[in-house]
Amino acid sequence: MSQTLIQKILSRASNRPEVKVGEIVTCDVDIAMILDSGGPRKIWPRLKQLGVGVYDPEKVIVVADHFVPAADPQSAAILKLTRDFVKNYDIKHFYDMEGICHIVMAENGHLQPGLFCCGGDSHSTMGGAFGCYMAGFGAIEMTGVVVTGKIWSVVMDTIKVNWEGSFCKGVTAKDIMLFLARKLGMENAFKAVEFGGTTVKNMSMQERMVLTNMAAELGAETGLIAPDKTTLEAIRLSGIEPKHDALSWKSDDDASFYEIHNFNADNLSPQVAAPHKPSNSASAEEFEKENINVDQAYIGACVGGKLNDLHMVAKVLEGKNVSSKTRLLVAPSSKKIMAQAASDGTLETITKAGGIILPSGCGACAGLGAGVIAEKEVCISSTNRNFQGRMGSKDSFVYLASPYTVAASAVAGKIIDPRELI
Amino acid sequence: MKHKLLKGKAWVFGDEINSDVMAPGIYFKESMDVMASHCLEAIDPLFAKEVRPGDIVVAGRNFGVGSAREQAALAFKELKVGAIIAKSYARIFYRNSLNFGLPALISEYVNEIRPKDELIINPVLGELENLTTKKNIIISPIPEHLMEMISAGGLMPYLKEKIDNGEIEVRKK
Ligand code: SF4
Repeated sequence: MSQTLIQKILSRASNRPEVKVGEIVTCDVDIAMILDSGGPRKIWPRLKQLGVGVYDPEKVIVVADHFVPAADPQSAAILKLTRDFVKNYDIKHFYDMEGICHIVMAENGHLQPGLFCCGGDSHSTMGGAFGCYMAGFGAIEMTGVVVTGKIWSVVMDTIKVNWEGSFCKGVTAKDIMLFLARKLGMENAFKAVEFGGTTVKNMSMQERMVLTNMAAELGAETGLIAPDKTTLEAIRLSGIEPKHDALSWKSDDDASFYEIHNFNADNLSPQVAAPHKPSNSASAEEFEKENINVDQAYIGACVGGKLNDLHMVAKVLEGKNVSSKTRLLVAPSSKKIMAQAASDGTLETITKAGGIILPSGCGACAGLGAGVIAEKEVCISSTNRNFQGRMGSKDSFVYLASPYTVAASAVAGKIIDPRELI
Repeated sequence: MKHKLLKGKAWVFGDEINSDVMAPGIYFKESMDVMASHCLEAIDPLFAKEVRPGDIVVAGRNFGVGSAREQAALAFKELKVGAIIAKSYARIFYRNSLNFGLPALISEYVNEIRPKDELIINPVLGELENLTTKKNIIISPIPEHLMEMISAGGLMPYLKEKIDNGEIEVRKK
């Protein structure tokens, strides 16, 4: 039987020769990633209640990223508890303030084609850029995973999304996802979205990760991209040798998909999503006509504070200044990215233009750290989600866009199409 | 089957109610009761104050869309909501609810339920009787493979049972 990539991964994880769509299978979990926010502080009391330990201290990975650095005694206590948990259970991989979990997983070579991984965060889908299954689960379910090393899954259908052609100036992977949120909607639960086509082939790993990250916005179980040379290079860059069968993890040519969508990147323009959902998107050009003033421009999160994102920001800001009506906050996605951006001059360009650098971490993306916004304030953000109240006051407004569009809007003091500034 | 009939008053919400409004991030560091007292306040400030134990939350499509935060499902549990019925759910919210033993039921016919209607539900058979309108509605029963866990009261009691009986291998601490 021909199988899709996700079927192949689920077959391996459930120790079966093949699996059919709709079947319920129990999978062995290769990696269980848990975080300060919904990890140890929720899971530890439950382990104590059950009187058990973690199924494998090598496979349970802990990341402290949501509440870092501690801004108040409560956050500090959560972080301390996280560190104590790591010691108590002898966890082998702990990333304490190294950066946002999904980025740290990629930077450290944990993601390999064919693996079955669970994460305690909804954007765990991002890991699928490496050709593995990685999906988000709540802390209660992660407790089960951490204890048993197993989880049930319904074998899902795959929505195949192909992009052909190349981007015009100022258009990015982020624009693809804001466009897709509108086209495919946010209700694709229990489906996998597999991205393909020449546009995706030509993307760097950092760009591909935007696609799989925001598969979460499509409501999908996960997003996936079949591995190729670019994937293997990224794994090697983290100091890990890819598994010998890495390139065999792909959908069969005659595999059957739930839907196939074909789009052309040549005609795509920069996109913006209006409050309060990612699917409220239209072209930046349309929004420019509405004269929307922005109080804050935010660059950050797993999806939008990577090195290439910071480069986009610097490209726009070079020789310009952030508008006096707007504050620009920039939170690089990881410590490593921060260091790279510091040494290649990117941070200098950003700060010279008036941008403020924040620590690496989830921060204002989920309303947890520095950079939250007040009632009636408007923020344009390179993050992935703009639900009501996500970045602070429940009466604030968040627009989503690419780093180009966010930076250009920071310069203009209002939402604009970035193409005029690049 | 341990499941009793569920009886309560309906609280009706629309489509795509997201997890950020169920459990706002700004209250993440607070205790669960404080968090629950803000549940859905952005759309209905009275809900958390006036919902009574056993009441039933009724909603449209893609209920719980958004983050993995279990506090979203837990907030309803904390408020002692008896069940949720929606046209469809976001995946993580659905799994979280069932894992907490909170019946998350599915029905295409939620539009026939109005705020404050008195409902009686049999979650095992998939039956719903609207005492106010005197109409019955079809709901999808809870999936069979999850019945054992939900009957046990959720994932934790279920795991405990299995571990105590030696049915699953665990590493002792
Ligand atoms: S940066 Fe935002 S979207 Fe990414 S993991 Fe953190 S809170 Fe979630």
